[in-house]
Amino acid sequence: MERKDFLKKGLLGTGMLVTASALGNVVKSDKEKEKNIEQLGFNHIPHTNSKIMANTVLHKADTRGHANHGWLDSHHTFSFANYYNPERMSFGVLRVLNDDRVDPGMGFGKHPHDNMEIISIALEGDLEHKDSMGNTAVIKKGDVQVMSAGTGIYHSEYNRNEDQLTKFLQIWVFPNKKNVTPRYDQISLDVKDRHNTLQQVLSPDANDEGVWIHQDAWFHMGDFDKDFETDYKIKKQGNGVYAFILSGDVEINGTLLNTRDGLGIWDVDTLHIKANSKAELLLMEVPMKIN
Amino acid sequence: MKTKILVIGRHPQIVSVLFRLINQNPDWVGTSAATDEEAMALFEQEAYDLVLLSSGIEEASENKLRTFFLKQNPTIIIVQHYGGGSGLLTGEILQAMENRKV
Repeated sequence: MERKDFLKKGLLGTGMLVTASALGNVVKSDKEKEKNIEQLGFNHIPHTNSKIMANTVLHKADTRGHANHGWLDSHHTFSFANYYNPERMSFGVLRVLNDDRVDPGMGFGKHPHDNMEIISIALEGDLEHKDSMGNTAVIKKGDVQVMSAGTGIYHSEYNRNEDQLTKFLQIWVFPNKKNVTPRYDQISLDVKDRHNTLQQVLSPDANDEGVWIHQDAWFHMGDFDKDFETDYKIKKQGNGVYAFILSGDVEINGTLLNTRDGLGIWDVDTLHIKANSKAELLLMEVPMKIN
Repeated sequence: MKTKILVIGRHPQIVSVLFRLINQNPDWVGTSAATDEEAMALFEQEAYDLVLLSSGIEEASENKLRTFFLKQNPTIIIVQHYGGGSGLLTGEILQAMENRKV
């Protein structure tokens, strides 16, 4: 089956490629990184109990793939690296949603990417980025980083703090065109601007709010008080929305979600969102067909 | 029997990583090519199970390669690789092989 096929069940995944630094602050090579990960063996716990209904798919937090490499603890909503679950391959063009924790002084060594829109959302701590285009930057909570890997890029991501964990979301979206010129961008957002509202953090338009990517996708984040309610209107007909609950209890179109649960919805025009407790969430509107 | 995989791509470092990752899997054996001519020559010499198209292959080349491979072997599996590393590689290959069994 070609990727162009609509993966309506699409669903969860995984992963990591990457590197650690077991020797102080020295980042190891790709080969060493891969070797280390392999030696840890069967640390991916597959789950198959996605709840797929007519136009929704529910991924409870504890059904995600899990890889604990010591320095890196990662939960994979969709198949990634050694975690493979054919029922959890993607939600439309949303291919990777990794919930990562990186130990102090550790990180992902230099490794390549191509043809993928890669978004990192910092949740806690700092993450230092370096890439083959000469960019060096640090993202922290409130920042969103994006790379269009296109024809090929090398980068590293590293927790430079010696006494603080880094937590971030690593999100991969299939691009709507292949072999674009690689690019990097990041933006700092004020998290107060998402209090009881949906703050746009990503779009297809360079002139719109947030970062932009080569795809008809829109991401929003919200930080809601208990009992706050709002609607989200789909921006492009045919798109679906994958909601990921960062914390708290949220009800979306009647489905109850808790911390780190994920819910994919398609064939709707509007989502009704209600916070049943103080809650943070990320909404990812994406095309359901892969170009 | 090992699954024989031909990796084609224009970015030498990425092709090198894919080649290494494929050959780390005891069930797979990989060969790599950078140009269309090299890829087609290898394909004529070896009975591959799967072709992995990596980055930088222009649309005209991709169409030419797909036509050539399918003419040589109508059951060949051709997979467009995304991501450039270990993240999606295993899933792409396993999914393609599973779908062929259906």
